[in-house]
Amino acid sequence: MKGTPLTMVKTRSRQGGKSGYLLFLLPGVLLFTAVIIIPLIMNIGISFTRWQGIGTPQWVGLEHYERLIHDANFWASFRNILFIIVAMVVVPTLLGLFLAAVLFDYVGKKIGPGTASVFRSGLYLPQVLPVAVTGIVWGWFLNSSTGVFNSILDSIGLGFLAQNWLGDPKWALWSVMFVMVWVQLGYPVVMFMSGLQRVDPELYEAADLDGAGWWQKFTRIAIHLIKPEIYVVLVTTTISALKIFGQIFVLTRGGPGNSTLVPSYFAWQNFFEKFNAGYGAAISTVLTLIIIVLTYVFLRIQTADERRGA
Amino acid sequence: MKKAADKPAKASKPGGLATKTLVLTGLTIFTGLVLAPFLVVLINAFKSSEDYSQGGPLALPTEFYLQGMIDFWNRVEFGEKLWNSFVIAAAVSVLAVIISVLNAYAIGIGRLRGRTAFLMFFLLANLLPQEALVYPLYYLSKQFDLYNTRLMVIIILTAIQAAFGTYLLSSVFRDFPPSLLEAAALDGAGKLRTLLRVVVPTSWPTLSVLFTFFFIWTWNEFFLPLIFLIDNDLQTVPLALAVLQGQREVDITTTAASALLGIVPAVLFFLIFQRTLTRGVMSGAVK
Repeated sequence: MKGTPLTMVKTRSRQGGKSGYLLFLLPGVLLFTAVIIIPLIMNIGISFTRWQGIGTPQWVGLEHYERLIHDANFWASFRNILFIIVAMVVVPTLLGLFLAAVLFDYVGKKIGPGTASVFRSGLYLPQVLPVAVTGIVWGWFLNSSTGVFNSILDSIGLGFLAQNWLGDPKWALWSVMFVMVWVQLGYPVVMFMSGLQRVDPELYEAADLDGAGWWQKFTRIAIHLIKPEIYVVLVTTTISALKIFGQIFVLTRGGPGNSTLVPSYFAWQNFFEKFNAGYGAAISTVLTLIIIVLTYVFLRIQTADERRGA
Repeated sequence: MKKAADKPAKASKPGGLATKTLVLTGLTIFTGLVLAPFLVVLINAFKSSEDYSQGGPLALPTEFYLQGMIDFWNRVEFGEKLWNSFVIAAAVSVLAVIISVLNAYAIGIGRLRGRTAFLMFFLLANLLPQEALVYPLYYLSKQFDLYNTRLMVIIILTAIQAAFGTYLLSSVFRDFPPSLLEAAALDGAGKLRTLLRVVVPTSWPTLSVLFTFFFIWTWNEFFLPLIFLIDNDLQTVPLALAVLQGQREVDITTTAASALLGIVPAVLFFLIFQRTLTRGVMSGAVK
């Protein structure tokens, strides 16, 4: 990979030279500059101004960031995100590990891989729905007066348990969390099942000879070998939890009060409902920073871990 | 695979059958509960309002009532929404695959200097919250007369999907067999020819996975159409459904009918692309 001597550049540039590849990068670079880099920089710029989207932005320095620190809605939105992370990352990963192990190690090997993949597809199906449709379906199920949940409770004589699932601040966040577990579960199951395929059966047989039980084989062998998949699932689901917008928009619009408010909905509100572009930009800049830092930390942990493993 | 064949022998020891039944029953109930919402939507989409108010959400329809769905279809001009969604999803996935291939060719095979930095950039571009771009894009689109056009949504989503595509494809191309490239070079093929005649045909399976992902992600996209597609006749399927739901006079059976019409295309893609999707999730995991 050493640099090509100057004299060779001319002759090689048509065929093997590296500079020729730059041309292929051109359309991508132009597109990314226009759609990602410039808007991102503009957004950071806007966050230091007071601006309604028309007229001249007025420079206010760090005012919006200061306001954020004292804004109860901002803190509520991050508190809620922690709950959403439990619903989208923690629960699906743990439940997904268990289901993938049962499906792959038990159902796949003792009953048949076909049966296992039928279950896998069934669990994955909620993942393919548009978020808007998920929101509509669950909005109807959880509706207080006409909802399916309450009418099931009624019909089995448990009517006293019926709640205004999405309209009561006590229940709204839990209801959203429940929906998100339903949406997310299939993703780790599919990922972990594909990871388990890499496990060498001979490792299991060796463990069998040592008298290891299923649980020991799972925790000592399988989990270690599918670590790359676990990392991918943790990173991608954490980031999509931080970015959650559609389901909140369709199900609760952040309410009641701020009980299901999340940062991206909060930013959207400031942009398009309150015409406070500067404040919205500050919220989304903070969210972006958090995502970048988290990604960096995850990647560092992962590479450190891979090095230790190697 | 041969190893797996002698496993059932072990399973038939005492208690094996009982465990098997227990596990299967448990899994069936659990998966059934996950799928129950689909079933509830299906049976209610074919009920009249009277039928619903008499039998509740869990009863089977007493007659095969199609009028609710037909009314809904006409009311939101569902055919037009399907077409909008299709045009946007198809354009984005074709364009994003092309851009991803070009980028990844330069980064993965061309081994450009600073490729790690490029890769980190593309990864981040995909991870960014859309809120961090949307307001400037909204403003710029108005300046350039692109606001409220499908083209604007196509441009933005192409960039976002291609960021992911570049990230994934670059690592695939990094392991591209050098012998194939050398053979092409010996035949006197230039870079463009090598790309079109050697690299693209060889990596066709990966590209089709990428295409599938882009298509479905774009189809399901909600945030950008919400902001950029204001006119009724430009809206996509998810957007039309959500907007209709916002008008509160909608009755339950219409909700069910609309949900079913939103679910059907997604499930169809899922069935058609199922193999590609699982393959894609797998290759995505290892990279």
